[in-house]
Amino acid sequence: MKLRSILKAVTGLAFAVGLVGTSFAAEEGETPHYPLKHPRHVHWSFAGPFGHWDIPQLQRGLQVYLEVCAACHSLEYIAFRNLGDIGYSPEEVKSFAETYEIEDGPNADGEMYFRPGFPSDRFPSPFPNPEAAAAANNGAAPPDFSLLAKARAPTRGFPTFVFDIFTMYAENGPDYIYSLLTGYEDPPAGVEVPEGAHYNPYFISGSAIAMANPLSDGIVTYEDGSPETIDQYSRDISAFMMWAAEPHLVERKAMGFNVMIFLAVFAILLYLTKKRIWAEFKRKEKEA
Amino acid sequence: MSAGHSTYNPQNGFMKWLDARLPLPRLIYDSFVAYPVPRNLNGWYTFGGILSLMLVAQILTGVVLAMHYVANSAMAFQSVEHIMRDVNYGWLMRRMHANGASMFFIAVYIHMFRGMYYGSYKNPREVLWILGVIIFLLMMATAFMGYVLPWGQMSFWGATVITGFFTAIPWVGDSIQALLLGGFAVENPTLNRFYSLHYLLPFMIAGVVILHVWALHVTGQTNPTGVEVKNIKKETVPFTPYATIKDALALIIFFMVFGWFVFYLPDYLGHADNYIPADPLKTPTHIVPEWYFLPFYAILRAITFNISIPFTDVVLIDSKLGGVIAMFASIAILAFLPWLDTSKVRSANYRPLYKQFFWIFAVVCVLLGWLGSKPAEGIYPLLSLIFTVYYFAHFLVILPVLGWVEKPKEMPASIADAVLSEEKPVSSKAAAQPAE
Repeated sequence: MKLRSILKAVTGLAFAVGLVGTSFAAEEGETPHYPLKHPRHVHWSFAGPFGHWDIPQLQRGLQVYLEVCAACHSLEYIAFRNLGDIGYSPEEVKSFAETYEIEDGPNADGEMYFRPGFPSDRFPSPFPNPEAAAAANNGAAPPDFSLLAKARAPTRGFPTFVFDIFTMYAENGPDYIYSLLTGYEDPPAGVEVPEGAHYNPYFISGSAIAMANPLSDGIVTYEDGSPETIDQYSRDISAFMMWAAEPHLVERKAMGFNVMIFLAVFAILLYLTKKRIWAEFKRKEKEA
Repeated sequence: MSAGHSTYNPQNGFMKWLDARLPLPRLIYDSFVAYPVPRNLNGWYTFGGILSLMLVAQILTGVVLAMHYVANSAMAFQSVEHIMRDVNYGWLMRRMHANGASMFFIAVYIHMFRGMYYGSYKNPREVLWILGVIIFLLMMATAFMGYVLPWGQMSFWGATVITGFFTAIPWVGDSIQALLLGGFAVENPTLNRFYSLHYLLPFMIAGVVILHVWALHVTGQTNPTGVEVKNIKKETVPFTPYATIKDALALIIFFMVFGWFVFYLPDYLGHADNYIPADPLKTPTHIVPEWYFLPFYAILRAITFNISIPFTDVVLIDSKLGGVIAMFASIAILAFLPWLDTSKVRSANYRPLYKQFFWIFAVVCVLLGWLGSKPAEGIYPLLSLIFTVYYFAHFLVILPVLGWVEKPKEMPASIADAVLSEEKPVSSKAAAQPAE
């Protein structure tokens, strides 16, 4: 009871100070807090303790990447062979890799040359170097896609971040990407958007982002009958990017479940052993 | 309770032969089997064992990671991704190592607060406590340098900020910083020396842990009553099985929390910016250290004013040096705790006032941590300063004064008394048997 009242007092105090802090910060109004809007929550197949990949979704995401994003965004940590993890056969991977021209060399004559890709090759970058990427894109190089779903995580704030521990919320990356891609809108009256930037309240480091809205309804033709909408494209590419950022996610969660069951059973056995050992001790002591 | 008489009895010819030449089994037996511990230890006393095992786990995962990691500023980030993607179970090793560091700090903070609550640092355990403070310092250095190795944005800028502290030292600061960095900015030489030290320091920690355990086994453990063991037979139990089984249970429960983060929330305790490769030309909006450094970071940033000679412009300590001094002092002051606390009573259970101040102090530490995560603007620096002042006042004013003014509650005459009265609160037998 005492501990509980202390805890109550502690959380109360923390809340009070937190409120004072935020209200002051709001009054100061020095730096507006980005993103202007919290990411919207999407129901992902890979969320939660039994998360798994939605393979057709990842394949659609790959398609969106190849047809829309790959013109500017690299995917440097993913090799063609990795596509075997999202449902493609070795033959499919091999012939897909061959559609790429990969620079190799130098050969015996000291010349660089191009050859068809191997499954072990990584996705080539659309630009020869970061400077070229920046020069072609208004000075801001498009970020690499391989880790983006883990590298963009708007802070959740108190007390949400505490609840996240118990709800296992770890999808703020894909939620963010989805929200950003579906979040382009006209700037509100009175908001100036700099030349070459695009208003997006979900953008993590400002009110306007250099990337123009890349998606439009019908821009990618799906073969499996999924809706060809910005919303669906955004979901698919976000899921694909989560896979690219954390290819062992499903394996990790599946192992986690086994580990947790093992530890729980082990803990129960240890608890019973402990009870027995101490009960024996007390019984012996009474006899003595 | 100190070592006393060894009860080790070698069972066969070989063990007898070995015992006469290198009595290592005897040492282990006396330290971890027959070693008497107070019978009334509660769950908060299990974190020492948990910490030892976490150290072992960190070293094991770290050694495996070191086989695949490349300490070169051009390849470090890639090599970590290689571990995460292509090395068999590399993702598991790395997640365990990174989250293990956080778990290590959770455990050490509980361990330290337990020591503060039960007055474990008091005579005759001052050296034991100071060794603990040294371990804590080494842990902080190790964790900081480990965080630099993945060479992400937070690694790089964290290293830049932290090594920048040293420039605050008058006259020699710049040279010390250059020595630490191996140059004038965080670069490849910095990464190399941090890698080397990150591999070295855990073994130094292990060495000090041995001293820490040694000192513990000389004085014996404290216990929730704070009363020393008077009757070994009645008031202690052999470490094995009575303490080992408790420690094992606590360890497994702790591993479940550990596993929760490793398997389900592996990035929860980290910072997303560390998935962006280090870029010396792009400063992140908010540079924040790992969560376990946040209270100290808040203290560092709380000093926003210069300290000068009154009515002149002569600056004695500028705000930067002031912050650095405050931060290091906030850790160093722990080493003086045994003498700052003037009360003769150990356990907060019998110190009604201290008990309340203990919890206030704990809350202040959490609030400092929260402030450390906030940008230094608006009300936050002022709040940081207020709580920083309180942090030091706790040690320098409250603890010394409490020892003089506080009227402790009536304490049990012995552990046996406390245990018996707890077990049979209305027993006539216990009352009939006077304590020896």
